Amino acid sequence: MTTLTVPAQDSATMLGRELKHTQRYPLLLVGSILVPVVFLLLFVYILGGPIGHGLGPAARGSSYVDFLTPGVLMMTVAAGTSGTAISVCLDMTGGIIGRLRTMAVTRGSMLTGHVGANVLRSLVTTAVVTGVALLVGFRPHASALGWLAVVGIIAAFSFALAWLSVAIGLSAKTVAGANSLTLPLQFLLPFLSSAFVPADSMPAGVRWFSEHQPFTPVVNCLRGLLAGTPVGGTAYVALAWCAVIALAGYLWARAGFRRGTR
Amino acid sequence: MGRMKAPAQHASPQPTVAVGAITTTGLRKSYGDKVVLDDVDLSIGEGEVFALLGPNGAGKTTTVHILSTLIPADGGTATILGHDVRAEADAVRGLIGVTGQFSAVDNLLTGEENLLLMGRLLHLPTAIRRSRAAELLERFDLTAAARQLPSTYSGGMTRRLDIAMTLMGRPRLIFLDEPTTGLDPRSRLTMWAEIRDLAADGVTILLTTQYLEEADQLADRVAVLDHGRVVAEGTPAELKQRIPGAHIRLQFAAAAALEAAALALPEATPEDGELALRIPHDGGIRSLRDVLTRIGDDAAVADLSIHTPDLEDVFFALTGSPDKENNQ
Repeated sequence: MTTLTVPAQDSATMLGRELKHTQRYPLLLVGSILVPVVFLLLFVYILGGPIGHGLGPAARGSSYVDFLTPGVLMMTVAAGTSGTAISVCLDMTGGIIGRLRTMAVTRGSMLTGHVGANVLRSLVTTAVVTGVALLVGFRPHASALGWLAVVGIIAAFSFALAWLSVAIGLSAKTVAGANSLTLPLQFLLPFLSSAFVPADSMPAGVRWFSEHQPFTPVVNCLRGLLAGTPVGGTAYVALAWCAVIALAGYLWARAGFRRGTR
Repeated sequence: MGRMKAPAQHASPQPTVAVGAITTTGLRKSYGDKVVLDDVDLSIGEGEVFALLGPNGAGKTTTVHILSTLIPADGGTATILGHDVRAEADAVRGLIGVTGQFSAVDNLLTGEENLLLMGRLLHLPTAIRRSRAAELLERFDLTAAARQLPSTYSGGMTRRLDIAMTLMGRPRLIFLDEPTTGLDPRSRLTMWAEIRDLAADGVTILLTTQYLEEADQLADRVAVLDHGRVVAEGTPAELKQRIPGAHIRLQFAAAAALEAAALALPEATPEDGELALRIPHDGGIRSLRDVLTRIGDDAAVADLSIHTPDLEDVFFALTGSPDKENNQ
């Protein structure tokens, strides 16, 4: 600890605080596991039959649960945005950030703690959801390297969405507002991506949107890695999108954090 | 409330060596068209307990926010223990402690964890962090509640935890923004005792308050803030001399009755725009009976009330207008 620089030390402190919050108030963590699991079960046992038959070659000969699981994992990461936006909003409205601002605490650490905690939580929630998927018949064919890449993509996607949710939490005036602002990230974008059905099965306009929005390359990349098939350029597109979202979220968050000090 | 008390026991003469703990010149701040601070000059010596007295909206909290580096001023300069609040914000932050109007404790951490968090962010070594936290829990009577979440605390306990968090860094200057607002009378007395203890340690304290009595009890010097301007400054004793004493207020139903009473009471002053007279009053039964005797049994008095000086009188005296429009 003593060898860390001051900003790193402050970020570690704020990360530790946020992890302790998660431990004290695990409801948000449980929620971001439960929602994807419900969708997983719903699609596998109720909607999956007809969808899986309809997909045909798009599912590449494997069962629908193999097609679906990468999408649900992506949705699990997206579900984590709510917890981060809510925590940030609580910090801002609760006065504790006001106190920290009067102390010689590294400014950025008040936000990086939330981002770090979001990434760690996402790794936990996606691991749990993967476990449930395995129980209901998911059979991945990824190599060890492929699994590492999966973890990497999940971490990168989570990092990007975390900055966005920090910004959302800063701009929301109430906790309820913070939560509802993340709803498009949690549901709209996953459904309008190739998470549940391939983009080419969608109507023209929606299909164009689906093919060009960031969630689709992320889920396609995860799907390829987990199936053990080559992902090619999709990985770069996915990582580029993550970088863009992270940068935009970071800049928005920075502006929002400064706005708090008029 | 409003009754004058003897000056605070600890109140000492101003420090002989005027080391500037807080110096501001021409401090200004506006939000849009609303001027919040208008040319505020303050000079507070090290070790002083200084009170900013004023109603809601007078600019007290804005002043604290500027001095504690939370927000920038629009104009003027402010230095804390020789450091400019804008240019050397981090140096200032290392010297001050702030307890705001609304409790700034982390509600998902226990009392002890809150203190340890402060210690970590102050980069204190582990051993010092732990010993200081234990010491402060003891001092603020929170040892038994150390492992509980602040949501189980009373208002007074939360405020004490808040101040304990402020003290983790051993600040040389403490801002206390309305430290007793919202506390019950007993917690208020406890808080006063804590503030006196801090002052006895030689810490400089800038406190804001809406209560004249609180300023009187705690402060060496007081500045009265009204509409963002310092309208008076001095020791509580000096300030009180400028406030008219207690008075009896007589309300009449008709102008004729008022004129008749005014003849009988030459020392009375009429109130602007009201059918009312104010008669200086020393607080005793004898002077009250004397007033009643002189206006006679048949005087058409609609209402009689006895006033002891309060903040409103300070404003009446210092600004010439009661502070009605400020109390939103």
